[in-house]
Amino acid sequence: MELFVFVVAAAMILAGAIGVVVRSHPVHAALSLILTLFGVAVMFVAQEAHFLAAVQVIVYAGAIVVLFLFVIMLLGVDRTEDIKTEPFKVQRPLAVIVGLGVIGLVTAAVVASRDVVSSRGSGLVTPDMADPDSNIRQLSRSLFGDYVVAFEVTSILLVVAVVGTVLLTRRVKPVVKEAS
Amino acid sequence: MVGSASLLGLDPISIGNLMWAPLLIILMKVVVVFGVGLVATMLMVWFERKAIAGMNNRIGPNKAGPWGLLQTLADGTKLFFKEDLLPERADRFVFRLAPFLAFVPAFLVWSIIPLGGDFSNGKDGLVTWFGHTTRVQLADPPVGILLLLALSSIAVYGIMLAGWSSGSKYPLLGSVRASAQMVSYEAALGLSVATVILLAGTLSTSGIVGNQGNFVNWHVISTGVIPFVIFMIAATAEMNRPPFDLVEAEQELVGGFNTEYSGIRFGLFFLAEFMNTITMSGIIVTLFFGGPQGLFDIPGIPGAWEGTLWLIAKIVVFLYIYVWMRATLPRFRYDQLMNLGWKILIPASLGWFMLMAVLRLARDEDWNRGIVIAACIVVLLLCVGILSLANRVSKANREREGAMF
Repeated sequence: MELFVFVVAAAMILAGAIGVVVRSHPVHAALSLILTLFGVAVMFVAQEAHFLAAVQVIVYAGAIVVLFLFVIMLLGVDRTEDIKTEPFKVQRPLAVIVGLGVIGLVTAAVVASRDVVSSRGSGLVTPDMADPDSNIRQLSRSLFGDYVVAFEVTSILLVVAVVGTVLLTRRVKPVVKEAS
Repeated sequence: MVGSASLLGLDPISIGNLMWAPLLIILMKVVVVFGVGLVATMLMVWFERKAIAGMNNRIGPNKAGPWGLLQTLADGTKLFFKEDLLPERADRFVFRLAPFLAFVPAFLVWSIIPLGGDFSNGKDGLVTWFGHTTRVQLADPPVGILLLLALSSIAVYGIMLAGWSSGSKYPLLGSVRASAQMVSYEAALGLSVATVILLAGTLSTSGIVGNQGNFVNWHVISTGVIPFVIFMIAATAEMNRPPFDLVEAEQELVGGFNTEYSGIRFGLFFLAEFMNTITMSGIIVTLFFGGPQGLFDIPGIPGAWEGTLWLIAKIVVFLYIYVWMRATLPRFRYDQLMNLGWKILIPASLGWFMLMAVLRLARDEDWNRGIVIAACIVVLLLCVGILSLANRVSKANREREGAMF
């Protein structure tokens, strides 16, 4: 059962990820991103992180990608991009190097921690059937207890970003003479 | 097998080895919920047309079947056999996908509504069918009511992509309006749900119902009415029903996001809309009005069936209210809609949520009730003052500089 879920979800994630890169149409790319996010949500459920799965769908699929689509539709860039021309010459070689580097690092990390991954751990506290809310309880304990300062600083960061965006989009209009 | 049980949702029937009988019961529940959903939608369409006709001094559907009951069936059959047009400039795949994105979430919400069971006197609503203990509810996932928020955020895609993929102007305008409206009101919706979760102390819908033992414990009263009002308004906006039906404002937008749709694809959107009305009423009843909990004991009917009867009665009341609102209220203007959502509903629901949290904390910590309430009133007044000051300043700025766009 778990293997089956893993294979299906992994296929969803990979297909979505490839779709984001390969599809030349921005809207299709955004839709592929949703597929990936859903796959990740399924993975969360399989790992018994139900709350994270719900938040993944509500926040990422439900709000962030909707905003992506909004921008794509409102700015009218919903036509096929020409990927032949390249604005920055260094971009592509740099992307190849960074991509290979990330693959190398992830492989190294997996190889280095093989013992930890392959051994079946029993130390993880998973929510049991008797208490379905233990998930959200654990999360809120660490979020609003142990890491409350980091959490609040992050929220300040978000507010700063919002205020900054409003300021940037607000053109200061030249003062028009009062029309009588 | 615990892992697979929690994958299948928190239903006691799925614990242990899945044998034939539990599988059949689950399958039966799926089929029954699907069937009841479809029939209820059919009746809802008839009910709405008939009730509005009555309010408008008309007769309404009266030809197909007794009292016109089969009118929806006739319309549905017609839609099935109608030619399915695909606009030339449409994005073929997305155009075909969009109706299902609207339809499937509408159906899935059914699965988390407790449809019956005996919750009276602290019983947990479990029933025994064929020697197996289960709930009268398709699934009781640990995320519970959050599934509603997740599904309503998926439903946005149906409308948004339908409008965009049609490749024409009016549907695009309609869908951009609709998704802006739905995303805006989702915040207020979520915050008023959060107040209920705070009181119930659990996400699961059956737990929320179980928490509303007596009439006084119904969340509509114990959360102080405000979250219910906010939820009701936000849910109406979320479903794009009048007075928030700017999505299909036919005087401005031809038909809104579904202008280019015909045949059964249009039928799916139509079905989803009415299905949403019923499921949202069900959710309102579950969250605020005790779900299957009755006001009194109906004699001669076993407990579990009684719950179903009460649930149906309560849902019908809300369906009537929705029809009534449609017949009574004129459509909002777009700026009014956004002002209501962002400047009134979201601050109000946030403030009320904080208030409930403080009162809960004060009760748990045994603080002096008078001081806490006085402090709450002072803080709330301060917040309202600052907010209205900010609104006034921005309004003055807008009038001085003219519109930004």
